Amino acid sequence: MNTYDIIIIGSGIVGSLTARALSRYDLKVLVIEKEIDVGMCPSSANSAVIHAGYDPKPGTVKAEMNALGNKLWHEIAPELGIEHRETGSMVVAIGENELPVLNELYERGIKNKIPELRILSKEEVKLREPLINPDISGALWAPTAMVIDPFGAVLAAAENAVTNGVKYSFETEFQDFIFEGGRITGIKTNKGDFFCRCVINSAGLYADEVAHKAGVRKDYKITPRKGSYMIFDPARFVINNVLFPVPSDKGKGILVSTTTHGNVLIGPNNEPCENKEDSASTASGLNEVARGAKKLIPSIDEKNCIAIYAGIRATGTGDRDFIIETPKEVSGLINLCGIESPGFASAPAIALRVIELLKETGIKFNENPKFNPVRRPKLHFHKLSYREKEELIKSNPAYGRIVCRCEEVTEGEIIDAINSPVPARTYDGIKRRTWLGTGRCQGSFDIPRVIQILSRELKIKPEEVTKKGKGSELL
Amino acid sequence: MKNCDVAVIGAGPAGLAAAIEARKNGAQKVIIIERNNEAGGILPQCIHNGFGSVLFKKDLPGPRYAHEFIKQARELGVEMIFDTMAIDITPNRKIYATNSRDGLLEIDSKSIVLAMGCRERTRAQIRIPGDRPAGVYTAGMVQRLVNMEGMLPGRKFVILGSGDIGMIMARRLVLEGAKVIKVLEALPYLTGLRRNYVQCLQDFDIPLSLGTTVKRIIGKKRLNAIETVKLDEKMTPAAGTEEIIECDTLMLSVGLIPENELSKKAGVLLDPLTGGPVVDCDMQTSVPGIFACGNVVTIYDLVDYVSKAGFIAGKSAAMFTAKNTESGGTIDIIPGDNVRSVIPQKLKTSGLLESVSLQFRVSREFNKSIAIYIKENGRIVKKSVRKYARPAEMLEITIEEKELKGINGQMQVQVAPND
Repeated sequence: MNTYDIIIIGSGIVGSLTARALSRYDLKVLVIEKEIDVGMCPSSANSAVIHAGYDPKPGTVKAEMNALGNKLWHEIAPELGIEHRETGSMVVAIGENELPVLNELYERGIKNKIPELRILSKEEVKLREPLINPDISGALWAPTAMVIDPFGAVLAAAENAVTNGVKYSFETEFQDFIFEGGRITGIKTNKGDFFCRCVINSAGLYADEVAHKAGVRKDYKITPRKGSYMIFDPARFVINNVLFPVPSDKGKGILVSTTTHGNVLIGPNNEPCENKEDSASTASGLNEVARGAKKLIPSIDEKNCIAIYAGIRATGTGDRDFIIETPKEVSGLINLCGIESPGFASAPAIALRVIELLKETGIKFNENPKFNPVRRPKLHFHKLSYREKEELIKSNPAYGRIVCRCEEVTEGEIIDAINSPVPARTYDGIKRRTWLGTGRCQGSFDIPRVIQILSRELKIKPEEVTKKGKGSELL
Repeated sequence: MKNCDVAVIGAGPAGLAAAIEARKNGAQKVIIIERNNEAGGILPQCIHNGFGSVLFKKDLPGPRYAHEFIKQARELGVEMIFDTMAIDITPNRKIYATNSRDGLLEIDSKSIVLAMGCRERTRAQIRIPGDRPAGVYTAGMVQRLVNMEGMLPGRKFVILGSGDIGMIMARRLVLEGAKVIKVLEALPYLTGLRRNYVQCLQDFDIPLSLGTTVKRIIGKKRLNAIETVKLDEKMTPAAGTEEIIECDTLMLSVGLIPENELSKKAGVLLDPLTGGPVVDCDMQTSVPGIFACGNVVTIYDLVDYVSKAGFIAGKSAAMFTAKNTESGGTIDIIPGDNVRSVIPQKLKTSGLLESVSLQFRVSREFNKSIAIYIKENGRIVKKSVRKYARPAEMLEITIEEKELKGINGQMQVQVAPND
């Protein structure tokens, strides 16, 4: 009954892409998630960039996973119908002092086998990015970097996994392992016990605590680090590329980019958190972000900001390299720990590495004959031509009723989100799937209407409709 | 494909007045496109009184005020298309709209009146950091939930912003059984009307803290508390004045922004001072045949003035339909000392026969007598005295026909203390 071949803890990008990779095979797979939806933690609040891979130290797991992951994303994003833009990225040197850093990064990139890297002259950069700081001295151009819709990517992987037979269990919190001899044979959760042959620990911020419960990596600790972001009104200005400053010991720095949805995004800074759930943006953090972004694009005006938020990095200890391992002390466990940036870019490569490790444990990998790698992209009414809109409304009148005026999201799309393979059950679930409420008015117009729709479709009382799960009731 | 003489976007007070006046001035086929399923715009949810003092010399509740116009529009045969969202307007006056009954509507109109109103400023625009829980709502949304849907979105409120909707909702929430702990205002003065302060806050013992804002939002799932901080004269937070207030809802009444996404699609020139279209004395925008009125042009203080602007726009649209009147006058009207913005921004040389009313707001509070000067290239055309002036209240000055004679240069509106 509650017996699986493999149980994955965490439905972030690593957990969900691993689930999807496993769904190619004839295996019984369960993903447990403590939140009410996929990718609620660092996987949806990040820079939305698939890094090219010149940044990690050569020879590290990070460097290897990033380079391969980037390559795989270029195949997976179209296959899974994930919104993405193949923009390329630039590390921008301001003033002559920063110029030598570009060469260092270029050399590192060559060692990491990153293709097509090139140093651009200041004239070339100005031509590509007219709003750039006039004091620019040059840039490292990495054409393989791309911008992605991060939540859309997690959802696409999860939906494809579910369509191919993987089971997801939400609001299911890992409590402990079940051992038999020296072997892990299952897990205890708030929803009961689940048994399996192998557990994959992709618990993100909590991967250290899960590992400790298995009695391994006792000295390993994940320290949450916060990064604030600001999102701008797309009508105001557009940036063509992903722009990074030259990196510092604090990381890749505060970037300026345009999301797949067309909004300029700036951030993140790097500051301590009170705890692993502390994703509160801070005034000082936002000021730092604005200052940092203006170093690259001086004309950015905070007045045009339409959303602010913060994400949390799962920063590991020691050399902070990714941990992808089958621990020696106990069998039936694979640890994926410290998957901070470039974790998103690396995730498809990590999923493949997990399969190699699982094969070594003796689990049989027979092909799943029903596996379908393709997931059709989500329908977005506002992107259609007038003729397509007309046809769509004829097929289903719910597409004629616009519920979110800024982003032009229809009732039909909301109902689709509620009835999808990984269904939206909250306001934020609909928001992340449809972009509803992400525009200038930030939901002031649509919230009363969405409360009605969720209440009707889920057959619950309006008072039971939540923003992001129990305890976040809107009324 | 539909054709009409005048198409109005929005059945709020501005749109209704425009449609009525367009019909009265000879436009045969007048339609209004409305996203809600009833007419009146924001008025049906404004169940408090205070409407109609100028036009009807009465103190009416919002729905009653709207009813006067809805009834008249129906009698005049204005066609209202409800539950329908206009999604595009082209400069040659074609409108695309969508609903679940007719699908995609294409409407060719001889003239168009933009009356989309405004939207509310949100948390991000005033950059309140912190968590992102449920329970941080704009005042207009709370008003809709309470007055239209019969839902109370919280029990213990703090209100940020002393604008009119904020104060009116404070009273409304108390009447509905919620607790309103206090109203905060970042500025050192009240931003809404004085009478609302007296009737909505004082009479209900709701404290008002001027020069205080929200520093941080606290709560993982639903709002638990907010942290407030006092601001000095330079609007910088004063360290050590922080206070934590437990509450489950933070209601924001922090200003309105004219809603001009459609205007931009139509190629209409916007005024950065008002956030709305640049209009001439006929309420015609920079695009010939496209007119605008109400809160889409500038944020008004009284609905009566919104309706009056609608009358002008509707009449002008009907005239344009009859004989393509020229757009955009040649004389600029600009704000001078102590004036934030002026409507209209253009005067027509060809239309200098009737009187013109200018509406404007001062940029700071004057508690003593002031003088309003209308100047043409420095020459005083008109002077008018008022007892006081506040940024919250719109001022109006009418330039009579005889005073307009001979004017052909840039005009400026100035305000100075009347010593």
